[in-house]
Amino acid sequence: MMQTGDPTLVLVGWLLHATLQMGTPLVLTALGGMFSERSGVVNIGLEGMMLIGAFSAVAVTYFTGNPWIGVLGAVVAGGLLALVHAVVCVKYKGNHIVSGTGIIFLASGLTTLLLQVIWGAKGYSDTVTQLPRIRIEAIRDVPVIGLAFGELSPIIYMMFVMVAVSWYVMYKTPFGLRVRAAGEDPATLDAAGVNVENIRTVAVVISGCLAGLGGAYLSIGFEAAFGKLMTSGRGFIALAALIFGNWTPLGCLAAGLFFGFLNGLQYALPIVPGLEWLQAYNNFIKMVPYLLVIVALAGIRRSVPPKAIGVPYEKEGRG
Amino acid sequence: MYAVELEDIWKTFPSGTQANRGITLRVQAGEVHGLLGENGAGKTTLMNILYGLLSKDRGRVVIKGEEVELQSPQDAIVRGVGMVHQHFRLIPSLTVTENVVLGLEPVRDVLRRAGRKSPGPVASLMPLDLTAAARRIREIAVENGLAVDPDARVADISVGMQQRVEIMKALYRQADILILDEPTSVLTPQEVDELFVTLEHFREQGRTIILITHKLREPMALCDRISVLRDGELVGTVDREETSPEELARMMVGRTVSFKVQKAPARPGDVALVVEDLHVQDNRGVEAVRGASISVRRGEVVGIAGVEGNGQTELVEAVAGLRRVESGRILVDGVDVTDWSARDIREAGVCHIPEDRQRRGLVLGFSVMENLILGSEYRAPFATGPGHAFLDLSAIHDFAVTLVQDYDIRAGSVRDAAATLSGGNQQKVVVARELAGRPRVVLAAQPTRGLDVGATEYIHRVLVDMRDSGAAVLLVSAELDEIMNLSDRIAVMFDGRIVALRDPEETSAEELGLLMAGHSVQEVST
Repeated sequence: MMQTGDPTLVLVGWLLHATLQMGTPLVLTALGGMFSERSGVVNIGLEGMMLIGAFSAVAVTYFTGNPWIGVLGAVVAGGLLALVHAVVCVKYKGNHIVSGTGIIFLASGLTTLLLQVIWGAKGYSDTVTQLPRIRIEAIRDVPVIGLAFGELSPIIYMMFVMVAVSWYVMYKTPFGLRVRAAGEDPATLDAAGVNVENIRTVAVVISGCLAGLGGAYLSIGFEAAFGKLMTSGRGFIALAALIFGNWTPLGCLAAGLFFGFLNGLQYALPIVPGLEWLQAYNNFIKMVPYLLVIVALAGIRRSVPPKAIGVPYEKEGRG
Repeated sequence: MYAVELEDIWKTFPSGTQANRGITLRVQAGEVHGLLGENGAGKTTLMNILYGLLSKDRGRVVIKGEEVELQSPQDAIVRGVGMVHQHFRLIPSLTVTENVVLGLEPVRDVLRRAGRKSPGPVASLMPLDLTAAARRIREIAVENGLAVDPDARVADISVGMQQRVEIMKALYRQADILILDEPTSVLTPQEVDELFVTLEHFREQGRTIILITHKLREPMALCDRISVLRDGELVGTVDREETSPEELARMMVGRTVSFKVQKAPARPGDVALVVEDLHVQDNRGVEAVRGASISVRRGEVVGIAGVEGNGQTELVEAVAGLRRVESGRILVDGVDVTDWSARDIREAGVCHIPEDRQRRGLVLGFSVMENLILGSEYRAPFATGPGHAFLDLSAIHDFAVTLVQDYDIRAGSVRDAAATLSGGNQQKVVVARELAGRPRVVLAAQPTRGLDVGATEYIHRVLVDMRDSGAAVLLVSAELDEIMNLSDRIAVMFDGRIVALRDPEETSAEELGLLMAGHSVQEVST
């Protein structure tokens, strides 16, 4: 998709495009984390939910031939895995970190096993139909814009829609008000006559659905196959974006895209004239975005987490 | 006609505490019913059962003639029961309106067709109609004379207004049976008067009010009938006209109590503690103490009166060496101890009874014996051997046994965890430890908060004894009665400063109340 023209403009356009590509799964997964954590449930299992989403998208597409049904499968699978987390944390008051870690191991083991069972392969699945990209012919020849936005996966557009929908749900609906109340002070929500467990369970399942969609982008939006452990820590970067974005939808969007941009840099830097020598240090360069994530997180103002995050809500003397 | 009938209610908590033991309580429609008892008598438990927050083990709950099995507060709310909790159930980061509508949110039902409402889960994704809610709240506010600002964030409003928001929550849900749990404990005397006017107004409207309290003055001022609980049992229900504060106190405690602390006139000596133009920040980095100056002499009790949150906590913590001093000086016996470490300040003869005994006063998981030597565990006789590297457990045990006897701490054994003791006995552990070293300066912050009458009497006597043996006592309390009873001089703290000094013989609760609310000395004296 390389275009000719002023190398600076090409670079800018290419970086914008890479930012969207790298940022989209982060934003979607961070948004998911927002629902869970604003309701008071820590969700480090996002990595696992993303992974199972990536796998399910490919598997469902492989068997049905329709990548759109694959996307649906990813969302459902992410939601189901999140339901496990919700049952452990909300119903049985388990430790959120331990459950989340379990979710990650469960997802890694399950997807690696099924990868072998279905395709008999240790590393990659067969190639499946990629989600068709949306081309906008009118702008394809415009410098910068054309390269950046001319041809994008529909999941990238869905990401922007989800940010808007999440904002609306979180701040403009009774459900959102209850989610925020559950994360700040579940006892108050309970006294107001709302079932805290239901709210938290639904919020955690939503988080899994969104993380699953983020995973689907990786496997059938960006690539067209599933690779073993292909999320490679993106769930954790999304968690960092969630914190960096102060647990808000617009914050998740900005932080997710920023981290996506840092990720894009690793591919862009070695092609900048004068920096070609960096090519030799490829593995080192790959580390840079993660380093920058740490620097960014250390440098920000104190973000304010929901007050009751990570605390199981137990009614005294009931049950 | 009874609004509420509770029959033979039993409740045992998983910890084994029997909070309610066969309580039967009948509240007539339209009356103000006082529910009186000491802390731990089971008042709040009983009301939480009525409000559906707690399940009962046994017994019947009848609301307006209908026997009910309450599964959640929702079941009580729909039957017109509202509850204002002692610790407000408000979310600081949300607005007043959001807090009020939580759980009963009005929506613009965009899918509504032919008069059919959308089902619950769908409706909870409709756009919130906060404008309509705010309008309704303003209407209720005007009808009931409750000044609340629907658009303010709860974090930004006064404690008095937060309480009105709590009442508003109940009114918004059309409660006609209103339970108020210790509503006056956080209010200034003037705010208490306003609250009582509001409650009178409710009575005229025909609402039923249940007022939980452990103070005797309140039910005598307001209630038609008063029920007294003790140790989870109903002692009796009396008409206000036919009872007296003395009788109520006897029912509450089970014996005759003296309200006045017996103490000889103070014989003050040299100045022991001086605080000069102190500036201290709170946890959020906001200046909480803003130029406070005060001095305490040997053999006197200086009481700091003030509404909570006016810098008392930070002042005491700064003197105790637990909080950094921004500017100003602290002198103990003429020695500048400003910004010394907490240990050095203790060594200089200052002891500290912290306001939060469970967080700052005790390690709840440690035994009574271990708690009693915290702060002196590093020196003889408790630490022995080379470099004081070992604990002498038998010395510690003997020391603890002596203190437990001296201070009448009711514990099964000194090896029991502090968490297993009652609040009063926990506080006695703290007081015993702090006073055991014969300190020269005693910092006592809310020393009787949450304690029953018996334990309160005991702590008061100990503090007066310390004074008489020549210690300088700085007392901080939110209870005006306690300040007036114990102090030889009263300092009023407002907005981080000491705004007035008063002689307890020459001032009144009304004057102190006005000063605590920030009225200037000139305004008060005219």
